[in-house]
Amino acid sequence: MKKKIFKNNMITYALIIAFYIVMQVMITTGSISSLLQGLLVPLCMYAIAAVSLNLVVGFSGELSLGHAGFMCIGAYASAIFSRVTEDSLPDLPRFLIAILIGALVAGVFGFLIGIPVLRLRGDYLAIVTLAFGEIIKNLFNVLSLGKDNEGLHVSFNDAAVMELGEGGEKIVDGALGITGTPRDSSFTIGIILLLLTVFIVVNLVNSRTGRAITAIRDNRIAAESIGLNVTKYKLMAFTISTTLAGVAGVLYAHNLSSLTVKLFNYNTSILILVFVVLGGIGNVRGSIIAAIVLTALPELLRGMANYRMLIYALLLIVMMLFNWAPAAIHFRERIKSKFSKKQEVV
Amino acid sequence: MKMLEVKNLCISFGGLHAVDRFDLSIDKGQLYGLIGPNGAGKTTVFNLLTGVYKPDEGIVKLEGKDITGLKTTEINKAGVARTFQNIRLFKEMTVLDNVKAALHRSYRYQTLTGILRLPAYYKQEKAMDEKALELLEVFDLAGESEVLAGNMPYGKQRKLEIVRALATNPKLLLLDEPAAGMNPQETGELMETIRFVRDNFEVTILLIEHDMKLVSGICEELTVLNFGEELTHGKTTEVLNNPEVIKAYLGE
Repeated sequence: MKKKIFKNNMITYALIIAFYIVMQVMITTGSISSLLQGLLVPLCMYAIAAVSLNLVVGFSGELSLGHAGFMCIGAYASAIFSRVTEDSLPDLPRFLIAILIGALVAGVFGFLIGIPVLRLRGDYLAIVTLAFGEIIKNLFNVLSLGKDNEGLHVSFNDAAVMELGEGGEKIVDGALGITGTPRDSSFTIGIILLLLTVFIVVNLVNSRTGRAITAIRDNRIAAESIGLNVTKYKLMAFTISTTLAGVAGVLYAHNLSSLTVKLFNYNTSILILVFVVLGGIGNVRGSIIAAIVLTALPELLRGMANYRMLIYALLLIVMMLFNWAPAAIHFRERIKSKFSKKQEVV
Repeated sequence: MKMLEVKNLCISFGGLHAVDRFDLSIDKGQLYGLIGPNGAGKTTVFNLLTGVYKPDEGIVKLEGKDITGLKTTEINKAGVARTFQNIRLFKEMTVLDNVKAALHRSYRYQTLTGILRLPAYYKQEKAMDEKALELLEVFDLAGESEVLAGNMPYGKQRKLEIVRALATNPKLLLLDEPAAGMNPQETGELMETIRFVRDNFEVTILLIEHDMKLVSGICEELTVLNFGEELTHGKTTEVLNNPEVIKAYLGE
C-alpha cells in the first residue's frame, strides 16, 4: 500500500512536469496561441485552488463554498504589499515575501472562521463560507487605500473622497482595484507552486495528521471514541486549505498588472468545487486534470463558437459518469486488474 | 480500588427515563456483563460512560478518578475504549490505517515533520506499522491489513473494532454486542479472544450481549437492566437462574 501511494504520487508529480515541458516546447516552437499562453498562469491558479479545496471537501469531508473569497484575500494582501514595496525591494525576494503574506493572511482568515464554525456538526461551514466569500468580495470592491508622506490611508467610501497629501498615490482604487502590480507571476512559478501544493497536500494526507483527518471524515463518533480531537483536525485541514487558496490568489494577482474582485465571485467558488467533484473527491491528480481540462477547453473550443457551451456541458456529464457511475467504476477496475495481471506475467 | 464505579446514573430523553438510578461496580481485571431485553437502556449506559451523552445526575469514577461529564475524547484519554453496536469503522481507510489512527496518541510527530518527511516521520510510522500489525495478528487480521475496512466481512469488522479500541491502550474496554451477527463457531472463537485480551492486555472488560452462551461462558458477574432500571446483579449463574430475570426476558 505504501509503495502504491508512493508510485501514485510520483505519477502526479511526473504528469505536472510533463505538462510543463510540453507547454514550454510549444511556446518556444510557437505552436500555441497567445490566448492559450495567457491562460497558463490561471490554469496553475485553478489547479492549486482545486487541490487545496480537495483537502477540505475530499479529505476532511466538509463543504466550503467560499474558496474564491480566500483567494481574493491572498490576492489583495499580496498585491498591496507588492505595490507598497515595489521600489524598495528587489523582484525575487519581494515576490517570495508576497507569496508568504498572501498565504498567511488567507490562512489567518480561514483559522478565524473555522474556530466557531467547525465546532458545529452539519453543513454550517458551507453556509458561512458562502456568506464570507460574498462579504469579502463586496468589502474589497469598496476598499480604497492610498499612501502619502504621512503614511497609509484607508477608506470604504467613494474612492474620490479620499484626500491624499503630498507625494500621495492610490494603491487600491475602489471597484477599479489595484493597478500597476508588478507582473512577477510566470508559468514556471505557477508550476513550482502547484508542485509545492501537491507536495504539501499529499504528504499531509499520508501522515499521522492526515489519518486523523480522514478518520474524522469517515466516522466522527468513532474518531472521538479513540481520542481524536475533532475540532482541532478539522480546523487544521481547513486552515491549510485556505492558506493554499491564498497562494493561488497571489499567483493570479501578480499575473496581470491590474486586479479587481470580479473573478473572486460565487461562480468561481462553484467552478473550483466542480473541478474537485469531477476530478474525483479525494483524488488530487483528478482535481488537477479537471482544472486544466475544464479551464483550457472553453478557449480551445472558441473556433466552434455556437457549440462551445454545448460541448462543455457534455464533457461535464461524461466526466461525472466516468468518475461516479457504478458501471464506469466497475469497468475501470476491470481494466486496471487486466493491466496488473499482464505485468505479473511479464 | 474499583476499576469502574457508577453511582445513581440518570438520563431522560423528554419524559422517558432511559437510564434511572443506575449503579455499577467493577473490579480490576473483571469480565463483567450488562444484559437486558431490547430497549432496556444498555447502549445508553455505554454512551453515558463514554461521554456521548451527559448524565442528568450521577457519578462515574474510573480508578477513583471522577470522569463524569467529560468529553468522549478526554474519557478515552483517561483509559476507556469502546466498540459500537452498529459498527463504526473508518470505512474508506485500510484495516491497518484504522488501527494506526487509534495509535495516534502513543506515537507522536509534528504535522510539519509529516509534510516534510523528516527522519522522525519514517521512524514513527515504522514503529506504528509494527505495533498495528502485532495487534492485528492477535485477531488473525494481519493478512488483510491492506483491505479497505468497509469491504471486510461483518465478523471481521467487529473484530477490527476491538483491535482499534485496544490500540488506544485502555484500562477499561466496553464491548457493545461483540457477537452480534456471528455464527456459533465464530462466537466460540470470539469468547477465546476476549479471554485472551483480558489476560494479555491487562484490561477490564464490560460487555453488552444477547448471546447467553457467550454471557454464561465468559462473564464472571452480571447486571441486568430492564426499562432503564437495574433488575438485579451478582454472580452469572445466580443471576441467570433468577426468576425475575427470566420473567423480564420471556414475559409471564
